[in-house]
Amino acid sequence: MTSITPAIGTSTGNGRSTDPRSVAPRRGRHSRLNPSQWTAATFAAPLLIYLVMFYAYPLWRNIDLSIHDYTVRAFVQGDAEFVGLQNYVDVVRSSTFPTALRNTALFTFGSIAVQFTLGLALAVFFRTSFRLSAVLRALFLVPWLLPLIVSASTWAWMLNSDNGIVNAILTAFGLDPINWLTSPGMSLLSVTIANIWLGIPFNLVILYSGLQNIPDDLYEAAALDGASAWRRFWSITMPLLRPVSAITLLLGLIYTLKVVDVIWVMTTGGPGDTSTTLAIWSYREAFGTGQPDFSPAAAVGSLLIVIALVFGFLHLQLQRRQATS
Amino acid sequence: MQKLKRRSGVLMSTAALAAVSMALLGACSDGESSEGGPAAGGTYTWWDPYPQHDASSDWEGRVQACGEQAGVTIERTAYDTTALTNQALLSAQEGTAPDVILIDNPAVSTLAETGMLTTVEEFGLDTSAIDENLLAAGVVDDEAYGIPIGANTLSLYYNAEVLDNAGVDPASITDWDSLTAALQQITDAGDKGITFAAIGTEEGTFQFLPWFWGAGADLRDLSSPEAVEALELWKGWLDEGYAPNSVINNSQNTTWEEFLTGDFGFAENGTWQVNSAAEADFETGIIQLPARDGGVAPAPTGGEFIVAPVQSDTSRYDVTRQIVECMTTPEGFVETATTFAYYIPPTAEGQEQLLQDNPELEPWVEAVRSAKGRTSDGLGTDYPLISEALWTAVQNALSGVSSPQEALETAQADAEAATS
Repeated sequence: MTSITPAIGTSTGNGRSTDPRSVAPRRGRHSRLNPSQWTAATFAAPLLIYLVMFYAYPLWRNIDLSIHDYTVRAFVQGDAEFVGLQNYVDVVRSSTFPTALRNTALFTFGSIAVQFTLGLALAVFFRTSFRLSAVLRALFLVPWLLPLIVSASTWAWMLNSDNGIVNAILTAFGLDPINWLTSPGMSLLSVTIANIWLGIPFNLVILYSGLQNIPDDLYEAAALDGASAWRRFWSITMPLLRPVSAITLLLGLIYTLKVVDVIWVMTTGGPGDTSTTLAIWSYREAFGTGQPDFSPAAAVGSLLIVIALVFGFLHLQLQRRQATS
Repeated sequence: MQKLKRRSGVLMSTAALAAVSMALLGACSDGESSEGGPAAGGTYTWWDPYPQHDASSDWEGRVQACGEQAGVTIERTAYDTTALTNQALLSAQEGTAPDVILIDNPAVSTLAETGMLTTVEEFGLDTSAIDENLLAAGVVDDEAYGIPIGANTLSLYYNAEVLDNAGVDPASITDWDSLTAALQQITDAGDKGITFAAIGTEEGTFQFLPWFWGAGADLRDLSSPEAVEALELWKGWLDEGYAPNSVINNSQNTTWEEFLTGDFGFAENGTWQVNSAAEADFETGIIQLPARDGGVAPAPTGGEFIVAPVQSDTSRYDVTRQIVECMTTPEGFVETATTFAYYIPPTAEGQEQLLQDNPELEPWVEAVRSAKGRTSDGLGTDYPLISEALWTAVQNALSGVSSPQEALETAQADAEAATS
């Protein structure tokens, strides 16, 4: 929204800057809009309406749910009691909270770190075109194209304790089978591995396109100076790729924070709470049991939004510092 | 979720089709006078959780027949089971609830709690013939809010070949000890013992309840010694290798697929698999789930209730009652039972009629008679909360997060906190 209003202001301002009369209506805010401003407002209206309907209202509704005590009865009757921040207090004090927070942190940072590293490695690998490189690159996008329900179910089958192919391979090599999805120590790792596999294409595509923008002559010059491939990577690729890396990491973070489907299909957050993240917890409260419990679910959802916002601002801050330096 | 996705796809294409045909109709009828208006009595809306039965199915025909008898058209919409509860709540909030809903029995008390359902008494319906244990799931504060249109429950399916191979006689299994002994014999003979569903959803609790109740435990006290014994029974089977570790993640469908591989001696599953069991590559049979010290353990009832949401226009109730009555006559029950192949009528008369044509369903009728509603015993809307605590305990104990005793103590504390 912020990017729209100034754009309208400047376009009308630029067109009329030579005309002294045009300054007058802009000074007094209550004066009538002139025709061109009306036109601008009309053009902006559909977008504004869209934003209000699909962003502002749901967000407001989420907050509204989280500060009232919506039992199923209150939900239908519309007479939920106002409880202030009680739902947030309950959520934070719940025994699930520390587990869910820890799992969210491990799942998110674990996923992103590996996704980014592997995505970058693949992007650099594909930078030098070779035969079939385009085909191979396209093949790497497959995880992205599959419906999540398909890939998550496939992972669940592969990691099945008794009939899974992974355990079949382990036993073939004389190793002990591992209860990937059903032992408390492994379930979070298993869903993280599946999520990493799903996230690599996204990192690969964005980082690859970032690499395209680095001029080749820099590498040629460095090669002439006798810089090794390793040295070229650290001194040219990494610094010049920083802006793209930052946005990739931020988007990856936001996507990963709110992952529900993969974990829900593979373990439903179990066994017990061992692979429950904040997003899973929120989903389970609202839709996973016989009794929808919307208020705490909305409170957990709000916490997730806050976490994502914090990292968003961190990103903006970093960007600003980069721009000024 | 899979069902949901597929459904929305179907919906989309149906919507697209509808749009196209509307456009065509509009083009054809241009200039003509309108003809063939709506049926005399108007349209009544009907929701049920059977998306597998489409507009051309026997079930749809049966629903429409009941509408015709009452002189109206029924507009039927099918939802996925969990989605149906949410849709019902939303529609009640918007004041657009349908005239009739068929809903899974544990959800009846949840919907009744919201005040969105009429009572059976308000409708003047007679429920005296309905089996007490089945009707109980829809009773909140002594008021019945719906009528079961049929019931299903759990039993123990066995693979006759595996049992023969191990020298186990299914008739010898009468209590927990004889069952565990049989599992050991089967495992020693090189086959797998038993499979069940202990997934962290309502299905996990549904499957655990026969053992829980069979030990004499009560849902109000999850950490009683009886409850611990029931959980230790399951845990013991996993530790001994009589049951696969994957049961922790198994849904009832997955369990059934495992059983159909022919490797397992037993599988805990429901009435709805009767046809599939008959088509299996091996000979199957069923025995009643044993209680700890012998006898039949009470299994939880499954199945849908027919309920009528409150309408602002109360003049609609008259027709709605006729539709409900049409579904709940003895003939109606039997017809529903045979349409679905897995439903046992909830009245003695209906059960007799069903058995005349299908004597092989005898053990299932018996199982339904000794079954118990999950929300009965005055649990009502507390049941979903207790159930969540219970399935979490089962998950924690089986996966080794904590011992059965600890897991159930935590569950009891959580359940008390949630229901207080």
